[in-house]
Amino acid sequence: MIEAVGLTKRFGAKTAVDQLSFQVRPGHVTGFLGPNGSGKSTTMRMILGLDRPTAGHVTINGHAFRELPNAQRHVGALLDAKAMHGGRRARTHLLSIAQLSGIPEKRVDEVLAVVGLQDAARQRTKGFSLGMGQRLGIATALLGDPQVLLFDEPVNGLDPEGILWVRNLMRRLAAEGRTVFVSSHLMSEMAVTADHLIVIGRGRLLADMSTQEFITHNSAGFARVRVAGTGPDGRDAFAEILRKDGARVLQEPDGALRVTGLELPRISDLAHEGGLRLWELSPHRASLEEAYMRMTRSSVEYTSTDDPRAQLWETDPLALPQWEEGPAAPEVPQTGFFAPPPPAATGGSGFLMPSEPGELAASAQNNPEASR
Amino acid sequence: MTGAQTDPSTHSSAPAAAAYGPPVESRRPHLGHALASEWTKLVSVRSTLWTLGSLVVVVVGIGMIFIAQTSSGDYANIPFTTPALFGMLVGQLAVMVLGVLTITSEHGTGLVRTTFTAAPDRHRVLTAKYLVFGLVAFLTSAGSVFVVGTAAAIAHNGAGAGSHSTGEWAGALEGSFYVTLLGLLALAVGALVRHSAGAIAVMIGVVTLPPVAGAMLSIWEASAPLGRLVLQHNAPVALMQLFGMPSGTSPSGSPQTMPADLTQMALMLLVTGAAMAASYVVVGRRDV
Ligand SMILES: Nc1ncnc2c1ncn2[C@@H]1O[C@H](COP(=O)(O)OP(=O)(O)O)[C@@H](O)[C@H]1O
Ligand SMILES: [Mg+2]
Repeated sequence: MIEAVGLTKRFGAKTAVDQLSFQVRPGHVTGFLGPNGSGKSTTMRMILGLDRPTAGHVTINGHAFRELPNAQRHVGALLDAKAMHGGRRARTHLLSIAQLSGIPEKRVDEVLAVVGLQDAARQRTKGFSLGMGQRLGIATALLGDPQVLLFDEPVNGLDPEGILWVRNLMRRLAAEGRTVFVSSHLMSEMAVTADHLIVIGRGRLLADMSTQEFITHNSAGFARVRVAGTGPDGRDAFAEILRKDGARVLQEPDGALRVTGLELPRISDLAHEGGLRLWELSPHRASLEEAYMRMTRSSVEYTSTDDPRAQLWETDPLALPQWEEGPAAPEVPQTGFFAPPPPAATGGSGFLMPSEPGELAASAQNNPEASR
Repeated sequence: MTGAQTDPSTHSSAPAAAAYGPPVESRRPHLGHALASEWTKLVSVRSTLWTLGSLVVVVVGIGMIFIAQTSSGDYANIPFTTPALFGMLVGQLAVMVLGVLTITSEHGTGLVRTTFTAAPDRHRVLTAKYLVFGLVAFLTSAGSVFVVGTAAAIAHNGAGAGSHSTGEWAGALEGSFYVTLLGLLALAVGALVRHSAGAIAVMIGVVTLPPVAGAMLSIWEASAPLGRLVLQHNAPVALMQLFGMPSGTSPSGSPQTMPADLTQMALMLLVTGAAMAASYVVVGRRDV
């Protein structure tokens, strides 16, 4: 069990981690998700006592990391696949770390077998690929057979087979009752690996919920509706009809309507009653990746103007539906794909993209302050 | 490559126990464990071989050349260990480089994070580094000096050599210890600076600047006493003195103006001790 309370880290004027409170429970894989530079590694370094928090504190099984009687037997961590002396052989590297806590030499061979590096054991690590480095880092983390495991971006540089292997390893470690905390900047990876998600952006907590909840809240279905004819009249009229029936309607740049809150047959019935023909009525599902990108886009640290994703984050004022009302008008991107409107905007109390990340953090179920 | 079939927790028996605890007994690790780890680290990288190898080669090599060029008569006033001095003046650089690398190589690669995650009691690790490096540096230095001294004693034990006491061997041990202290100072500087090139530059400055600075200070009337003091109390001079060349650089030619061996050693101990103390404070507190 890892417990962070008000964890804050400033580097000069820069706040890398801002008032982060969360719990990581045993028996689950907990994904730690956030764009590059959002403070994942800094948080992990603070958990491991490598960096001193500016404010707040974090404990592992109730102890500050540096006060654990035998840290290696309680906590294992992979922080950086390249964090080893290139001139040292893989096995010697592991041995030197094992000896720090008096871990027997045979355990070194065991973990080498676990990560599949038996044949590279006598190789100097400077010849290692990134993937082999990750495996050796994971082996280092497993040395003490610890209860708590932290992995910072463990699938970076791995091939698909390696990614699958890491995923299965994490799940198995969690199934044994261990606490597994894995960071990633990839939603797609975490969606299949983690049982629980902690999402941060610019060092602040954006979401803390089970992966299942996250999926339900963030990949809502919607219908794409295209009214016959090229003019805006029929479209606007139908949008009005749909809204009266309780739907949320957004206009997409190609002239189609994005409808949430109504079943497809009901939309068809309404069109029929209104004497309108439809050229398109299709069901869609927003991807988790979109939801994640929408959630974190205000907090993305490094955006390039050449980045093809940048257009997703750009709001085209012309594309905003004129008839949209209410406080939570979602921005509709100019091109590409679209995220669904936040469920909470329709009156639900579900997850929403907050303008102030603190709001959400406060309402997050697993807020340790609230649960006490 | 799916070596994942092996269970990572081979000691674990409960399949899905919610309260998983480390099955291996969880005693607090002690300094001995850290010493073993540091020994493994030291002997498993090539830089150790290169630096200590060059120390041995330089001390023994230059020593043998010196022995070959001298006769028994030359040892009437100097100890048999003096031939080791010239190599040691160069070899001290190798000791300092190894001292620096012992810690900065961990910072340079990021290995220090792995180390301090496995052993959050950082002082234990630092102490082990000082002890292992210090012992290895001392034994290598003293061993090389012993080889040269023995060779000189065997080659030039003629009548002209006069009488030699075991006291000169003690002086050679002191000299080796002095070089070891320089290495420990280098390790401390490395721990403070965390950067190989930076720390080595500092150490080269520590060894080479005082003679130059002292000479410059001696130019002006007002600072001349200070200049003389600096000229008498610095690493190369101390080393020469400990290896039995008391009048080597005395400006006035009068040996009694030179400080005692003990003073030189005390000064070095003071500087090294202060740097080591600082390294403990800083390493214990700093973010890595
Ligand atoms: N030692 C440091 N000194 C100054 N800034 C740092 C330091 N470490 C991290 N940062 C900054 O803190 C922010 C968070 O970094 P990091 O924790 O590495 O993010 P992530 O791991 O999520 O990509 C970044 O803006 C980074 O530049
Ligand atoms: Mg990172």
